[in-house]
Amino acid sequence: MNKTIYFGLLFVFLVLLQVFVLNNVLFLGYINPYLYIIFVFLYPLKKSRIGFLLLSFALGLSIDFFSDSGGIHAFSILTIAYFRLFFIRLFLNKFEVDYPFFKLNLEPFGKKFNYIVTLTLLHHFLLFFLANFSFQNMSQVFLNTLYSSVFTLILYFLSIYIFSKKQ
Amino acid sequence: MQQLVYFFQKFKYFLFFLLLQFIALTLIFNNLNFQKSKYVNSANALTGGLYNKVANISDYFSLKATNTKLLEENTLLRNFLQQKTTLSFSMDSIVLDTLKYHQKYTVTSAKIINNNYAKAFNFLTINKGTAVGLGKEMAVVNGKGIVGITDNLSLNYARIQSILNKNTRINARLKNGYFGTLKWNGLDYRTVQLIDIPRQAPVKIGDTIETGGKSAIFPEGILIGEVVEINNDNAVDNVINVKLFNDMSAIGPVYVIKNLQKEEIKFLENEADE
Repeated sequence: MNKTIYFGLLFVFLVLLQVFVLNNVLFLGYINPYLYIIFVFLYPLKKSRIGFLLLSFALGLSIDFFSDSGGIHAFSILTIAYFRLFFIRLFLNKFEVDYPFFKLNLEPFGKKFNYIVTLTLLHHFLLFFLANFSFQNMSQVFLNTLYSSVFTLILYFLSIYIFSKKQ
Repeated sequence: MQQLVYFFQKFKYFLFFLLLQFIALTLIFNNLNFQKSKYVNSANALTGGLYNKVANISDYFSLKATNTKLLEENTLLRNFLQQKTTLSFSMDSIVLDTLKYHQKYTVTSAKIINNNYAKAFNFLTINKGTAVGLGKEMAVVNGKGIVGITDNLSLNYARIQSILNKNTRINARLKNGYFGTLKWNGLDYRTVQLIDIPRQAPVKIGDTIETGGKSAIFPEGILIGEVVEINNDNAVDNVINVKLFNDMSAIGPVYVIKNLQKEEIKFLENEADE
């Protein structure tokens, strides 16, 4: 399929999935997965990043529109979108020459795991910190980050496992 | 000049990133400010419309519970009505039907199409807007108690700042008349906090809390909840935990109450300020 159409559809699908399904999960009353950040993991690496940053920002902002949260999703996803290349260099040892051939699925599991867990934790921490918007209840923020990250990661690896079997 | 261009070339992604972050932060700050939140909210045609479509389907799952609640409320109102008629008969006076002459509030029914309660700053969306005469800062209640205050409106949808929002302050009182401020600490969606109740007020566990009517938004005497915990330590604000009568995680139909004399009250208050 055409890449542009594919990522356009993925964008809309992730927004609808997050807003109408995952935001209503509320496991144990407050734990939600935030699966829309897989957009950052799936989007291909390119040298020019303006389009990617803009799309990530738009994705976050669309979810903010639905969940009345100002700009917290936009802020958090934009941060991990910007620092994606840094962590790829750190964990996966990929440089500019490797970008056209880079596929996350083909990387060894351990390295991939580090990369994804770090970005997820970073995103969730920023998200809950901004949602709380004060330095009170910080323990709550850390607990939320931990639980929701675990939830998101389980969903992420499950979906990757399911969809990669078909290929 | 060339150096400047070179600088922009080198850091263009970082600068672009900073620009977008700045926009996001501005939106976050504005969203928490009651007066300024205009742009990013779920009361616009697209998000409201989508929420409305989904709510139309998911409503069917809670029909039974909603019907029971409405029946309970009808019973309550019918009982009030009975008391009222007996009273007016016993007083032996002429009841004047002065349509809207002494009326202070009008009520509009609406439906919650998007409900949040697990965050620190919660908002709800309803399916009525300025088209039926709603405006900013109107009370939203249901049969069991208060729900929130309208803040952003479009033609057909309105966003409500829930009582489960750390910025919400509502004037509330005990049945015996002592009043304080109701707010929420952001932790448990079943309990809110009543502060600034005078120390000499006789508060007991199980006392009913209702709206005080000292603001232009809520009419007085609307139920809120009951006292479950009293902190008797020497804290400044004298916090009392109040368990809501409403289950905020499951609310369907609501009423929006418009105060017809609000403009007059606001005008007077503003004049006193100057």
